[in-house]
Amino acid sequence: MTEILLRATDVFAGYVKDLPILRQVSIEVKKASLTLIIGPNGAGKSTFIKAIAGVVPVSSGHIVLGGQDITGIRPDQMAQYGIAYVPQSDNIFRTLTIRQNLELVLRKTKRGPARIADLFAQFTPLADKQNENAGTLSGGQRQMLAVAMALAVDPSLILMDEPSAGLSPKAAQDVLQMARDLTAQGVTILLVEQNVKQAMRLADHCYILAEGRNQHDAGAAALLNDPIVSEIYLGGKRVGAA
Amino acid sequence: MIQSLADGVLVGAILSLGAIGLTMVMHMLRFANFSHAELLSIGAYSALVFDAFFSGIMPILATTIGPLSMTWALTLAMLCAMGVTGISAVLIDRFVFKRIRDKGDELSMVFASFGVAMIIRNVLGLAFGLKSQLYSNDIVFAVMISSDPLLLIKPDQVFVLVAAILIMLILHYILSRTTFGYTLRAVAENPSLAAVSGIRLSRIIALIWIIGGLLAAAAGVFYGLNNHINPVIGRDLVLPIFAATIVGGIGSIYGAVLGGFIVGIASNMALLVLPSGYSPAVPFMIILALLLVRPNGLFGAPQT
Repeated sequence: MTEILLRATDVFAGYVKDLPILRQVSIEVKKASLTLIIGPNGAGKSTFIKAIAGVVPVSSGHIVLGGQDITGIRPDQMAQYGIAYVPQSDNIFRTLTIRQNLELVLRKTKRGPARIADLFAQFTPLADKQNENAGTLSGGQRQMLAVAMALAVDPSLILMDEPSAGLSPKAAQDVLQMARDLTAQGVTILLVEQNVKQAMRLADHCYILAEGRNQHDAGAAALLNDPIVSEIYLGGKRVGAA
Repeated sequence: MIQSLADGVLVGAILSLGAIGLTMVMHMLRFANFSHAELLSIGAYSALVFDAFFSGIMPILATTIGPLSMTWALTLAMLCAMGVTGISAVLIDRFVFKRIRDKGDELSMVFASFGVAMIIRNVLGLAFGLKSQLYSNDIVFAVMISSDPLLLIKPDQVFVLVAAILIMLILHYILSRTTFGYTLRAVAENPSLAAVSGIRLSRIIALIWIIGGLLAAAAGVFYGLNNHINPVIGRDLVLPIFAATIVGGIGSIYGAVLGGFIVGIASNMALLVLPSGYSPAVPFMIILALLLVRPNGLFGAPQT
C-alpha cells in the first residue's frame, strides 16, 4: 500500500477570524502521486492549499506531512518542511532575471549553482533566457519558471494553484503534463485546477469540494466520466454534505 | 544659472538619499510615512552628539580633513549616527507602525506618521533647544571655479556630492549583484510570493527600516555640513523628499535618485525666475506636472 504523505483532517480555515471558508475539509495524498482538487468557483480549493502552505490561518483541524504536524506553519518555513507552493498568478519575480529568481529560492543552500545547472538542463527554454527579466517570458514559460523555483528546493510536496489558468490549450497541457512527470521523480503534487478534464486524465486521485466542504472523492479515472462531476460544475446537484 | 544648477545638484544628492529610504518603505509597507524626514534630524543631531564626544575624548580627531570643514571626529560620528538612526527607525516601526500594520489599517499608519514626526521634532527641540547649531564654527570659503559665469563651490559641497553618489553606487551594487539585493527587490515587488519563497518578511522589513535610517542619517549629516542644524530639518525636507519619491515612482530606488536630483535642481533653478518665497511650491508643481503625464512617476509600476 502506498504511503500517505499528506493528511489534512477536519480543517477549518479562512481569511477572517470566525468566518471560515473551509469547514471540516479532510484529504489524504499518497506519496509520489498527483492529487487533484476540483470544485465550482468559491468552493475553497485555493484557500485549502493556502491553508496547507500557511498563507491562510487554520482555526482548527490538523495538517500532517510525513508524520509531522505542519498546521499553522509560517509561509517562509514551508521549504524547511519540504513543501513548495506555486501560486495561481504573480508566481515569479518579474523584475528579476530568470537566474536571479532561482538564486533567490536557493540562497540558503551551498549547492545553488549546481542545482541551477540541473534545473536549466531540465527546463531548457529557461536556460536560453536565463539572463533576461522574468517579466519578458510567455505565460507558459512563466509557469515553467514557477515550477522550476518550486522544484529548486527539492520539495517532497508541491502545491499548485491552477497552473494552467490563462494559458493556451497547448501550454496548459504542457504544464499539466509537467506536473504529472514530476511524480515520476518521486515528487508529490497537490493540484487545484479549473481545467478539469485535462487535469483528471493525468491525476491519480481527485477530491471535489463545494461550499468549503468535501463533496466527493475517488480515483480520477473513475470520476472522469462520472455525471456527478458535470452536475457539480453546472451548479446543480450536490452530493450530501460532509 | 550654472551656480543654481550646481547648488541644485548638491541638494538633489541629499534629497535622493532621503527619498531612497522613503520609497522602499512606502512601496513595501504601503503607507506614506510623513515621519521619514525626521530620521534626517535624528541622524544630524546624533552626529552632533558623537562629534562632541569623539572630539572630547581624543582632541586630535577634531582636526579637519584637508580643505573640508568635516573633521575625523565628525566622520566617526556620522557612522555612529547612521547606526543610531537605523536602530531608531526599527524601534519606531516596532512600537508604532507594526502595531497598526498588524491590525491592517494603512490609513491610520499615515496619521500615526504625522504624530511620530511631531514627537521626534519636539523631543529634539526639548533636548537640544530650538537654536540652530553647526558642526563647525570655522568659516570655509568657497572656491571660485569660474568667474564668467560665476561658479563658487565649497569643498564640503564636493565631498557631500561624491559621498552621496558613492553611497548610491554601493546600494546599486548590493541591489543588482547580491542575493541580499535580490531579496530586497523581490519583497518590494511581491511580498506574498517572497514569503512563500522562504523569505521572512518581518526580518526584511526591519532591514529596510535600517537601510532607510542609515541613508537618512547620512543625508542629515550632509545637510548639516552646509546648513544650520535645528529641530525642524525634517519639516523643511519632508515635502521635497516626498516629491522626489513620487516623481521617481513609488518603489523605484533608481527613480528616487533621479527624482531627488530633479526636485533639487528644479527648486534651485526656480529661484532664478521666482521670488524665494515661492520656492517651497516648486516640488508640488513638479509632482502635478509629472503625474499628469506619468501617473506612476518616472519609474513606478502600477500598484496592485
